[in-house]
Amino acid sequence: MDWFFQQLINGLALGSIYALIALGYTMVYGVLRFINFAHSDVLMLGAFAAFFLAPAVAHLFPLPSYAGAILVTLLAAGICAALGILIELMAYRPLRNRPKLTVLITAIGVSLFIEYTCQHKAVFKAETRPFPNLLAQHDFRLAGLAVNSNDLVVPIVTVLLLAGLWFVVQKTKIGTAMRAVSFNHQAAALMGVSINRVISFTFGLGSALAAIAGILYALKAPGIEPLMGVQPGLRAFIAAVLGGIGNLPGAALGGLVLGLLETYAGGMPAISNYRDGIAFAILILILLFKPAGLLGKAQVEKV
Amino acid sequence: MKRSGARRWLLLALIAAFVVSYLSSYFNRYYLGIVIDCGINIILAVSLNLINGHTGQFSLGHAGFMAVGGYTAASITLALSKQLTSMAAVPALFVFALLVGGLMAALVGLAVGVPSLRLKGDYLAIVTLGFGEIIRVVFQNMESVGAASGLKGIPGYTNLFWAWGLAAVTVFVVASLVNSTYGRGFIAVHDDEVAASAMGINPTRYKVTAFVIGAFFSGVAGGLYAHHKQFLSPTGFDFLKSIDIVVMVILGGMGRTVGVILAAIILTLLPEFLRAFADYRMIIYSLLIIGLMMARPQGLFTFGRKTVAVK
Repeated sequence: MDWFFQQLINGLALGSIYALIALGYTMVYGVLRFINFAHSDVLMLGAFAAFFLAPAVAHLFPLPSYAGAILVTLLAAGICAALGILIELMAYRPLRNRPKLTVLITAIGVSLFIEYTCQHKAVFKAETRPFPNLLAQHDFRLAGLAVNSNDLVVPIVTVLLLAGLWFVVQKTKIGTAMRAVSFNHQAAALMGVSINRVISFTFGLGSALAAIAGILYALKAPGIEPLMGVQPGLRAFIAAVLGGIGNLPGAALGGLVLGLLETYAGGMPAISNYRDGIAFAILILILLFKPAGLLGKAQVEKV
Repeated sequence: MKRSGARRWLLLALIAAFVVSYLSSYFNRYYLGIVIDCGINIILAVSLNLINGHTGQFSLGHAGFMAVGGYTAASITLALSKQLTSMAAVPALFVFALLVGGLMAALVGLAVGVPSLRLKGDYLAIVTLGFGEIIRVVFQNMESVGAASGLKGIPGYTNLFWAWGLAAVTVFVVASLVNSTYGRGFIAVHDDEVAASAMGINPTRYKVTAFVIGAFFSGVAGGLYAHHKQFLSPTGFDFLKSIDIVVMVILGGMGRTVGVILAAIILTLLPEFLRAFADYRMIIYSLLIIGLMMARPQGLFTFGRKTVAVK
């Protein structure tokens, strides 16, 4: 039983990170109907931004501290939001009305470009660096379970961000515009919604969430390197499809389910080696039996 | 192209490959290796072109089928090559290994294709990517083929004749298939699935057929690759390898056989020319993909005839 709860704690932390990244995929899919492959690299850039910002921020607030960690995270999120907007502006906007596959391949190109540029020796180098300790870590025992304070911070931050995102999407003007654009581009444009602004905002918001996810991921990972985003990015994409792509609560649910399943599978010796394949197996099963995802609505194709 | 004409070309290509291969001991080994790489990549690109180009089903998992073929063929030759009594039996063993490798890949292609080809567009791309990754993870955990450390000591049976001869056979089969009455169905499915099924064409059957044939040749290419490099590692068949093959097809122009062959050759040679800029090689490569999609999404070698819209 202890084993079960131990994995539950680990799985919730991992799943929360997947959920945050998945939200970015699903939001972009909602407004543009394509998979932004470069999203996982924005996550990596977020972690690196925090890595370089931490020493500067430490002058103001000695790290590790909550104030310092929050400031570093906010700055990194801001930088990544700008980068996300820039990527959309330069690579995706010129292809707005092209066939979907053209955009998909471009997105793969953008992702490879960021990864290889960052691996270059003049940029970040292809080595793993230790991530600065933004938060003091405490190990304590809770009802007989070993708990690390970061395992609690991650889900709490995620819940707060989810609540904030829900507010933005449901209650603000720009959120309403986002929903309108994802419902129907043309009708939204006719109602006076500036499509370009909404798309830029969506990319910025998704990238900021990815940056925060990247920092949370880096807190638990042994270190950061230019390809650190690839695996969590792919998992998060699968989580988005699992929940129903384009559906925000679905992305959060999908992330949690996937994180838990992976953690439990990783804890079982018999299948732990196949942990990397599990996410893809889930993806294939969901696409075959419920292509619209857990919370998505099936759409009938009109001829 | 008339059928008999195509057959004459095939024969000519086979003879040329044989003659050049006979003389290959005079060539620089480094260049010879690259030329063999070109042949293998032509097989991969032309076979993927049948799926992605002619039939319009975007697959991102071609490296997975290549891995299945490569590992199967290598396991066969590794198991049987020690029992060979004379060198004369080597070609027979090699052909047998390649064939079984191709058939295994085709079988996996069937298992992957039947469920996933119900999906379209980027969903299909992601599912095939997923299957490719699963295949890689399976090989990474298979102790009998060296798991993560790779399969070593594969006999170097691949020579110029096999690589280019089989490339010629692949081009011949794919081109004659697409140009046959039956093969028009692939193009019909590409152009308009609904209209095709209204004309009595079963789209699913055509898609799966294209997938299985493409997987077969990809498996053969994997076998050639295994006996060329004499070493297989699961990381060599990752997502990036699939992207490489996809870029060859796109660069050549989807559904354009000659263009795809040219693109396969160019993209094999390009890294060698960029060796001096090794640090920038992949950056240039990714910029090439982005630039191509912006400027010429229909491919570099599509001139003249009405261009087919890339779906």
